[in-house]
Amino acid sequence: MSILVIAEHDNAALKPATLNTITAASEIGGDITVLVAGSGCDAVAQQAAAVNGVSKVLVADNAAYENQLPENLADLIAEVGKDSSHILAPASTSGKNFMPRVAALLGVAQISDITAVKGADTFVRPIYAGNALATVQSSDAVKVITVRGTAFDEAAKEGGSGNVEALDIVKSQDIATFVGEELTESERPELTGAKIVISGGRGMQNGENFAMLEKVADKLGAAIGASRAAVDAGFVPNDMQVGQTGKIVAPDLYIAVGISGAIQHLAGMKDSKVIVAINKDEEAPIFQVADYGLVADLFQAIPELEEKL
Amino acid sequence: MKILVAVKRVVDAYVKIRVKSDGSGVDLANAKMAVNPFCEIAIEEAIRLKEKGVADEVIAVSIGEKSCQEQIRTALALGADRGIHVDAAADVQPLAVARVLQKLVEKEGIDLVLLGKQSIDSDNNQVGQMLGALTGMPQGTFACKLEVADGKAVVTREVDGGEQTVSLKLPAVVTTDLRLNEPRYASLPNIMKAKKKQIDTVTPDELGVDVSSGLKVVSVEAPPARSAGIKVESIDELISKLKTEAKVI
Repeated sequence: MSILVIAEHDNAALKPATLNTITAASEIGGDITVLVAGSGCDAVAQQAAAVNGVSKVLVADNAAYENQLPENLADLIAEVGKDSSHILAPASTSGKNFMPRVAALLGVAQISDITAVKGADTFVRPIYAGNALATVQSSDAVKVITVRGTAFDEAAKEGGSGNVEALDIVKSQDIATFVGEELTESERPELTGAKIVISGGRGMQNGENFAMLEKVADKLGAAIGASRAAVDAGFVPNDMQVGQTGKIVAPDLYIAVGISGAIQHLAGMKDSKVIVAINKDEEAPIFQVADYGLVADLFQAIPELEEKL
Repeated sequence: MKILVAVKRVVDAYVKIRVKSDGSGVDLANAKMAVNPFCEIAIEEAIRLKEKGVADEVIAVSIGEKSCQEQIRTALALGADRGIHVDAAADVQPLAVARVLQKLVEKEGIDLVLLGKQSIDSDNNQVGQMLGALTGMPQGTFACKLEVADGKAVVTREVDGGEQTVSLKLPAVVTTDLRLNEPRYASLPNIMKAKKKQIDTVTPDELGVDVSSGLKVVSVEAPPARSAGIKVESIDELISKLKTEAKVI
């Protein structure tokens, strides 16, 4: 079996989601090749080659791949991966963007967001916002798969000695152009990889009040999330959203503040190791999944928590 | 300009679903059904483009059993001009859906396809991207802002670290994220008017599409239940539990 893993990166560094994906590839079993497509991405290729379990790294270094435009990337991946048994990418907004395009070019199904490997052709994936788990089996020649990072451990960054090979394949379509991006600058850990996450919901009342959570987050080294209700109300930007339609997190500790616990939100955090809920409504559904619940007014509880940590 | 919007019939977002005890799937008998929330946003965006004079016609398509005509009627009541019902089994897989849409795009001469980014039942998030590949159209997925002018669609997309903007040459596919717009409700007069609007029915066979899939569902199970823990009385107790019992801080 030959597995092609598509690296996620920003042309400078390999993103941790790639490491989770490599672990999923190891569970399938077989030769693991990592494809790094980018521009000026040599450092990424070196990092990928060092990851435990990687036997080969293919680098497609061209301006056409700089911004991971799916039109170019999918053409490249379909050509490089057409003889692979599996093509895997992280189920990030980037992987979700180009992978179905790859599957359609190859005329096969895509298996989205897998959370377990049952065999080389059988996988588990959540449906209905994680309220059901489907075990699916593929008879396609190439299995195109996106991997939910929180369901697999990160592969060790060292110990591998993959060969790095340059690819001279340029796929450049003029139908789509990159205009720009606005990325949120943050000193805090990334939401999907953080060990501790503290999230606020509609109970926060406004965006300014999230400053209270920031103070707690700073003491705990935590990332800050939000419920869809808080995003819809305009308190915070959407990239902070945890839930079915936002990010999926599974930290060691998840602290839900002023979040009622809609199914949609639970889908994004219920695999956390320890869940704490702070809510003044003791009937809130979030308490049904919380390991530790505190019925309290968050405007008193959060400053007190910050002070005593 | 012609816009194609696809609407999927799914279980209502507020229904708590139950997995069948024999592991064959999810029990949807008597469950309330609705338009997939992301498709509602796609319909709204299409109608706004028509109201702005950018689009001339909005066609709503749904693929599934006869019952999905209800969801097409909803789209018509919201302002779509006519409907197409592709008569097929209820669970047509994403690649086959994309192949059906490809045929319709070619047949109708569509300039812009607006789709929800994912459906809340199968959570696949695939059809828009697959349609892009099959037709050779560029794609703007997870859109939170869309401007269509001069033969181009400028799409601002929700990405993991923030937002990204791309410019696409029409024809193009755009899939909607939550913040793109807030869908309207259908008014009673418009619901009445929608009953007179035309819905054509076609089968995948007639379109020359094979809807079989290389993926089969072996079983469906309920996720392991998470049991409720304990209530603590104070912040002091909470911190102490997290330090000594859970050992996470």
